Amino acid sequence: MTSTLTAGLGLKPQHFAQARECPAAGLWFEVHPENYLVEGGPRLRWLEAVRERHPVSLHGVALSLAADAPPDAVHLGRLRRLAERIEPALVSEHLAWSTWRGSYHPDLLPFPRTGEALARVCANIQAAQDALGRPIAVENPSHYLSIEGHDWSEIAFLSEVARRTGCGLLLDVNNVFVSAANLGFGAEEYIDAFPGDRVREIHLAGHSRDPLLGEALLVDSHDAPVAGPVWALYERLVGRIGPRPTLVERDGNLPAFGELLAERDRAHAVLAAPIARAA
Amino acid sequence: MGASLSRFQESFSQAMISGHEPEDPSVANLVAQPAFAVYRNTVMKGCVDALQANFPAVARLVGDEWFRAAAAEFAAGELPREPSLLAYGDAFPAFLAGFPPASELPYLADVARLDRLWTEAHAAADAPAIGREAFSCRDPGELETAVLQPHPAARWAWFGQAPIFSIWRRNREEGADEGELAWQGEGALLTRPGDAVQWTAIDGPACRFLDACSRSLALDDALAAALEADPEANVVRLVNALLDAGAFCRLGHPRPDSRRTSP
Repeated sequence: MTSTLTAGLGLKPQHFAQARECPAAGLWFEVHPENYLVEGGPRLRWLEAVRERHPVSLHGVALSLAADAPPDAVHLGRLRRLAERIEPALVSEHLAWSTWRGSYHPDLLPFPRTGEALARVCANIQAAQDALGRPIAVENPSHYLSIEGHDWSEIAFLSEVARRTGCGLLLDVNNVFVSAANLGFGAEEYIDAFPGDRVREIHLAGHSRDPLLGEALLVDSHDAPVAGPVWALYERLVGRIGPRPTLVERDGNLPAFGELLAERDRAHAVLAAPIARAA
Repeated sequence: MGASLSRFQESFSQAMISGHEPEDPSVANLVAQPAFAVYRNTVMKGCVDALQANFPAVARLVGDEWFRAAAAEFAAGELPREPSLLAYGDAFPAFLAGFPPASELPYLADVARLDRLWTEAHAAADAPAIGREAFSCRDPGELETAVLQPHPAARWAWFGQAPIFSIWRRNREEGADEGELAWQGEGALLTRPGDAVQWTAIDGPACRFLDACSRSLALDDALAAALEADPEANVVRLVNALLDAGAFCRLGHPRPDSRRTSP
């Protein structure tokens, strides 16, 4: 099924009707499942109506895979029921934590990549995959802080997690750009070193400058079009590893559906290019 | 499991929410970086945005700035307990009731309760509603002991002191009536007959009737509860109006395993 996905869009409630009717080839949509963990009602009906026409991916933000605790069983059960209902093309999560001792912090929080963390993250991914009955893909988050005590680079950590659990990886190119700028590493080197055979999905999004710190701190704000240098990194990645399902994310300053679709079409064209070259 | 990841997360979480000096030295180093504010701000904005989405009538009544300040204070004391942010703010009405800056708006907490009921109705389980026809072809003797089961999406409340429902609807509806409010008690019923939540005013006897039905009392006892609230109540009209609004999903005798014990 994933072989038919080209470029997709984050699904926003404001665009449900246009999203459902849009005939673009290879188009798919992604949602945060946390917004659909309801017993019934219109939200599920809207999502199912879109799903009737297009593949849908569930991109979780709250499994808290890197918390030093197993994933919440109730949450995992709800996620499983939603997945049974929607039959998503892909399920993904983040290399981050958000829930700690019963409190949910609505963000993707960092941690030192130690051997202890590696064992915990692998156990949590395994628990999620067992509950869902399918592999998930795990995304590189955006970084803002220089954390001491990393024993693993992010790429080595993600590669080892994928090797041990069989999970896929989701490479967010904008997160690489933002993290590289904030932590001072080379975005191209990161993109070139990422294990391409594990990549199940690619994310693109816009970022912004911190209102106080400006260029010194980029924020993964999802409130602007995808930036030029991020497109360049994306083309470099696809040129190396070949086409993968690619999602354009947008959460803030939401433009008209047509404007988002134009960005999505640009990614679609990048994905089609290597095939054209090969043909 | 080793304790250092736990210690890091405990310390990080506390530093973000309470601003306490972190116990973990590696976290103290992070808090000192200007970028730590990105996490603190994102978490707080996520909570406040969720509350603003979940309590739109309150937000419209008090304005953005007041609302967001109150929501931030609530969030600092209580983060979401689950990742579905639609569920966040259970305790927000009670918080407003005891929030000193809200003391001049004594109706605010009850308006928040209605916002909360709207969210519950919006997200509740699906079920077909029954109409008046459910009562036809029933033997009157059988009806006395039958139970009307409220629809999973039906929510109701009686506010004896103030026209809470009128205040709430004026802040949920476009172009709502702006005439003078009659300062009297009101009840509200929220149902989801199609896919959208709808609301209607109901009186005290109707609320008492619904309360009794939700405790699985037999129809006869539920009607007695309504009449206790107002001996003059027209119970046929009352039940028909509730049925028309989609407040019930079943009329029948409780199955032995599903019968709830009443308090």
